[in-house]
Amino acid sequence: MPRMYIFKRFERFWHWAQAGLIIFMLLTGFEIHGSYALFGWEKAANLHTSAAWTLIGLWLFAIFWHFTTGEWRQYIPTTRNIVAVMNYYSVGIFTGAPHPFRATQLSKHNPLQRLAYLMVKLFINPLIWVSGLACLYYNELAASKIAVLAGLPLSTIALVHTAAAFMMLAFLIGHLYLSTTGHTPLAHIKAMITGWEDAQESEPAAAVVNAGGR
Amino acid sequence: MRTGRFMVALMVALMVALMVSMPLIPAAHSAPDEDSAKLLKSTSDHTKFKVLQQEFNSGPEVTKACLSCHTEASKQLHKTEHWKWEYKSPDGQLLGKKNVINNFCTSIRTNEAACNVCHIGYGWKDDTFDFTSEVNVDCLVCHDTTGNYRKQAGMAGNVVTKAMEFPPGSGTMIKPINLKKIAQAVGKTSRDTCGACHFYGGGGDGVKHGDMDSSLASPEKELDVHMDALGLNFGCATCHMTEGHQVPGSRYAPTAQDKGDAHIRGKEYTTNPTTCQSCHGQAPHKKIAKLNDHTDKVACQTCHIPKFARGGVATKMSWDWSTGGRMGPDGKPLIIKDAKGHIIYTAAKGDFVLGENVVPDYQWFNGKVGYTLLSDKVEKSEQPTRINHFDGSADDGKSLIWPVKIMRGKQAFDPVNKRLAVVHTAGNDDTGYWTNFNWEKAVAVGMASIGAPFSGKVDFVSTESTWPITHMVAPAKDSVRCHECHAAQGRLEKVPGIYIPGRASDHAGWLDTAGWALAVLTLLGTLVHGLGRVIVSMRKK
Repeated sequence: MPRMYIFKRFERFWHWAQAGLIIFMLLTGFEIHGSYALFGWEKAANLHTSAAWTLIGLWLFAIFWHFTTGEWRQYIPTTRNIVAVMNYYSVGIFTGAPHPFRATQLSKHNPLQRLAYLMVKLFINPLIWVSGLACLYYNELAASKIAVLAGLPLSTIALVHTAAAFMMLAFLIGHLYLSTTGHTPLAHIKAMITGWEDAQESEPAAAVVNAGGR
Repeated sequence: MRTGRFMVALMVALMVALMVSMPLIPAAHSAPDEDSAKLLKSTSDHTKFKVLQQEFNSGPEVTKACLSCHTEASKQLHKTEHWKWEYKSPDGQLLGKKNVINNFCTSIRTNEAACNVCHIGYGWKDDTFDFTSEVNVDCLVCHDTTGNYRKQAGMAGNVVTKAMEFPPGSGTMIKPINLKKIAQAVGKTSRDTCGACHFYGGGGDGVKHGDMDSSLASPEKELDVHMDALGLNFGCATCHMTEGHQVPGSRYAPTAQDKGDAHIRGKEYTTNPTTCQSCHGQAPHKKIAKLNDHTDKVACQTCHIPKFARGGVATKMSWDWSTGGRMGPDGKPLIIKDAKGHIIYTAAKGDFVLGENVVPDYQWFNGKVGYTLLSDKVEKSEQPTRINHFDGSADDGKSLIWPVKIMRGKQAFDPVNKRLAVVHTAGNDDTGYWTNFNWEKAVAVGMASIGAPFSGKVDFVSTESTWPITHMVAPAKDSVRCHECHAAQGRLEKVPGIYIPGRASDHAGWLDTAGWALAVLTLLGTLVHGLGRVIVSMRKK
């Protein structure tokens, strides 16, 4: 079967490291929230904080990578073919229709993925990041000379952080499931591990070739 | 060349020898031998003072001798709460043992001869006591180092120098003490001297405070990390740094929040030197810096005193006077003990509940303490009367979350005049409750002593008093762990006005519901979608 190199080495490392950290932070985070006891509160809080700094470090590298390689363009939203992709996931996938989108190096994500990942990058991540740092530096915030920041109660900060965590959890569940929707259930996951995606045998419909790119 | 090399070798050898032997050269302030150690403790050997080489027949005679050198001592003491037993609060309430009522033995009034065994004076038996008398100051009760100084309850703080029967006609002989030997051995105060009264507040070992009892006389590190007898070995005055006999750190004038830095030598301080911060500063946690983020809301004591009454001595947690007066089958006043041998009922005092290793209550405290005094009206209701209460809130900027002991009780009051009762308890007379078990007689005498009206009726009212927990500081390894507060139903469950991560009652219920619903619905959606795919693929085959 012909193959295509889609995900570069750093990208794969970044993805899986981030995946591990996010799952771990959800696990420890909801323990800190009081939803269950697993590691013990003290350990959970320490691990959550260490993981947060690691993830922030990783994000800084990833942001640098995205801009220096131009990969950020992969997340420019588009409405082209979005209906076709939605149709595929709601109908075509059951009728055996071909996926209307073919990943290439220049356009790795279908229009729905673009939107979803952009939401994560521009909305959920910053929300978690900022509210999480505010939790860590709550005392410094309270001592701040900026009245709005100083007056921010911890309950509000925690509320935002928790809400963002729930959004991340929902994203994770959806993302995990959608990773099984390749031409075989493990195809996408394999591609994310090796970097190589199997080229589909049947050609996608001519009208809906590669959204965005080129 | 050869001499040159030899010189270099010699120099090196000399330097090495010097470096090796340097630690062996005694420093000017290194530990001296035993005799020198004793010598360096004090410039005075009190056995050599002529004035102390006499037989003393009473306490005041000793004080007179002390004052012949320490001319201003009594004048200093006259200014203290230790002497006056009176303190005017910033709110204008007249407090101090002389004035307050508590829910232990309730009041010293009419019971001075017994209670005032713990006054630092001689002879306070009633209102006629002379507070200007210099010779009536008791030097020895604080400065004894022999452990042989004794004051006998019932004798108004006087000491026994000749064997005598007490109470008269009881057949009990009191052993005399040798004041000459004790006077010649005076020294600094110690855990023992302070403890002689402060460990026994409320009429017995550990009864009142919960964080102070005789186990602190020679504690292990686990009981008190500072007073650890084989370690830091703090005395009381190490923290209660006393100058001119003025002892700081009274609970009548507490410092709930100390925002100052650690005190350093040579600097003048007007703030309370007994606070943790006065030594440890504002950011004492070096290893886990996040803990320093707690110090603006949580008193050090809250985490570092995980439990009180930890030294093997039980403290009284409640005291119900209303059940007093029961006689046993032999017709004598009943006494009941629990399995551990602790007295939990006496006819004289009613029922007790004792506690050991008690987890404190927690509340916001800003340093202001309000009292219900004898002149205040008291209503009998479901809500206990607060004998005293700590002020504070999450947002007054002056409060920290403090550990406290809540003492609960039921005590006598006059239901017609609605006042707490002064009860004449101690005393070998016809009206003392502890001898005749008659409330009306005992209260009549008590109320008359303060000039308060008495209806002749006695009822009982539920009361509560609050005591700060600040002693029995555990080593860091035993401090309260995160999860004990960062949890549902944790130690701080009832402390309002603050968001504690992990405390379920702080959660926005709608967010948790919506968040989990979102997660579950997403999961269900994917499951249904996946099931569809499975069914479709199976049909194809």
